[in-house]
Amino acid sequence: MVNLLNDYAPLIISMILGALLGISLYLPLMTGQLSLASPGFYAVGGYVAAIFSTKIFPTSGLYPWYLLLLEMVVAALISTLLGLLVGIPVLRLRGIYLAIATIAFVEVLRIFSLNLEITGGAVGLFGIPQPFNNTLEYLWVVLPLLMISGIILYRLENIRVGKAFIAIREDELAAEAMGIDPTHYKVLAFTLGAILAGVSGVIAAHFLNTWNARQGTFDASIIYLTSVLIGGTRTFVGPILGGMMFTALPEILRSLANIPNLPLWLVGFFKDGRLIIFGILIVIGTLFFPQGLVTPDLLNNFPKLMRSGLSRVGVKKT
Amino acid sequence: MDISLLLQNFLNGLSIGSIYAIFALGYTLIFSILGIINFAHGALFTLGAYFTYALMGEAFGFNGLLANLQLPLKLPFFLALLLSSMLVGFVGVAIEYIAFRPLRKRKTDPLLTVVSSLGVALIIVNLIQYLVGAESYTFPSNTYGNLPAAINFGSADKPIPIRTVQIVIFVVCGSILSLLTYTINFNRFGKAMRAVAEDQVTASLLGINTNLFIVSTFFISSFLAGLAGTLVGSSMSISGPYLGITFGLKGLAVIVLGGLGSIPGAVLGGLLIGITEAFVPADYSAYKDAVAFSILLIMLLIKPEGLLGRRFIQKV
Repeated sequence: MVNLLNDYAPLIISMILGALLGISLYLPLMTGQLSLASPGFYAVGGYVAAIFSTKIFPTSGLYPWYLLLLEMVVAALISTLLGLLVGIPVLRLRGIYLAIATIAFVEVLRIFSLNLEITGGAVGLFGIPQPFNNTLEYLWVVLPLLMISGIILYRLENIRVGKAFIAIREDELAAEAMGIDPTHYKVLAFTLGAILAGVSGVIAAHFLNTWNARQGTFDASIIYLTSVLIGGTRTFVGPILGGMMFTALPEILRSLANIPNLPLWLVGFFKDGRLIIFGILIVIGTLFFPQGLVTPDLLNNFPKLMRSGLSRVGVKKT
Repeated sequence: MDISLLLQNFLNGLSIGSIYAIFALGYTLIFSILGIINFAHGALFTLGAYFTYALMGEAFGFNGLLANLQLPLKLPFFLALLLSSMLVGFVGVAIEYIAFRPLRKRKTDPLLTVVSSLGVALIIVNLIQYLVGAESYTFPSNTYGNLPAAINFGSADKPIPIRTVQIVIFVVCGSILSLLTYTINFNRFGKAMRAVAEDQVTASLLGINTNLFIVSTFFISSFLAGLAGTLVGSSMSISGPYLGITFGLKGLAVIVLGGLGSIPGAVLGGLLIGITEAFVPADYSAYKDAVAFSILLIMLLIKPEGLLGRRFIQKV
């Protein structure tokens, strides 16, 4: 069991990181705003970790945990600042502007990280020290983070702030007429998402050992968007499951490609066609499952579905 | 700065800016009719460059499923340009049927349309990579026929050399722009198109086949994307399937600068961004791509309706 866990540790950790990024995209979506900025903040968080651990506090051996926490705090602060900087002017506007502005934001960040000296240019930063003895121990940070975000989101859906988010998503004008300040809540949701993405970036940089400009790209934005949309945009369970599923998808495709006697083009497709499959899933998903696979109805009826499933297998009700 | 260098930068900027203009016009046409942005526009741009390359009978590399593909025909550049842009136009129409129309019929959240067009973009770009690989392709040096490489616009002792490519681009874009302006403003077709943009229901009550106009808008818009892609691909090179991504994103900056849905705005915005980029000093050329996006963010901050856009009024 422990061996099995160790073998799959990298996959498990990246799946949880995927779930965290899914949540960070879901937060602005709760207010009906499409943000593609998560990979940008994720990249910023990663660079914070990389610069701190290789340039400011270079260590040999295990990287101390309190420095890891410090990095997370710094990344959260920087993400907050950037989130407010982009969010406040853009979120006054309705409609498509946030999507456009966040795309621009991710591109500006990418261009700067490709060209600045402190971010290691196109090559990126190497040899980011490990805070743990083995990969599985990353669970000590990612699991609490996922649980905290999950609990916060679960509560959020039932308190005033969360209800305001959903009111804005359903009808911004009506929400405004009810005395909810849309800009305030939209900026709040966007910035919370930014913080979560930044903190996840810190962990990812240590986990991956190296960090470069490829981590936060337009492509990455679309991939995480897919996971949230297919997972579900109406409840926080959706992005968590979606994020995990889509992080595991390349692995699944790789094992599919290893099935013997497949035609060569299909093997190639499974190996390199991942993004084509993502694209097809996005289009099919928006056409046929506009709310994603995990919908609130499904969650509410889950116990009932289970029971009816069981009764179908067992004896008929009289 | 030396006056001749100033003029040279200006002309270069005008040339690249006119490509931005016709490219962004494609975004604007669809936005003005449907109120949505077609995020697959950048992918269509890439597709245009690849189609023209293939139609001119050039060979592809040894990567991808269609390795070493070479069409058995060698069309001259301008014919290939026209044909490939039309092909891209038809791809655009297909996108309308697959990714836009079903959502519009169900009157879903416009955000979903954004998402499905992003999905289409992802499919096109990666399909290109899957089929012909990710390497860069260069058009043959005599693409434009036997024109000289550069023409001197200054005097013999004070030369202002401008690459012929830039002039070809400027002429092609200029004529397309005037043709479109004429069609949209002074012609029954354009009048009907503007009526559809103003109010689809009323337009259809007046006997205008709105669906036909939406489909033709998609065709024209995608045609422009393909044209711009070919022009950029032939003047520099096709740097890979991701050629259109940066361009597609810059197009967004152009339309926000000019004003969403404004046709003269798209032209003005394109020229302004092209010229601004041309004046980025050589030492900072790596940051050139950041110019458009910074302009975009600043515009959203100070004048979100753009230079020539209408102020939006939300009716309840």
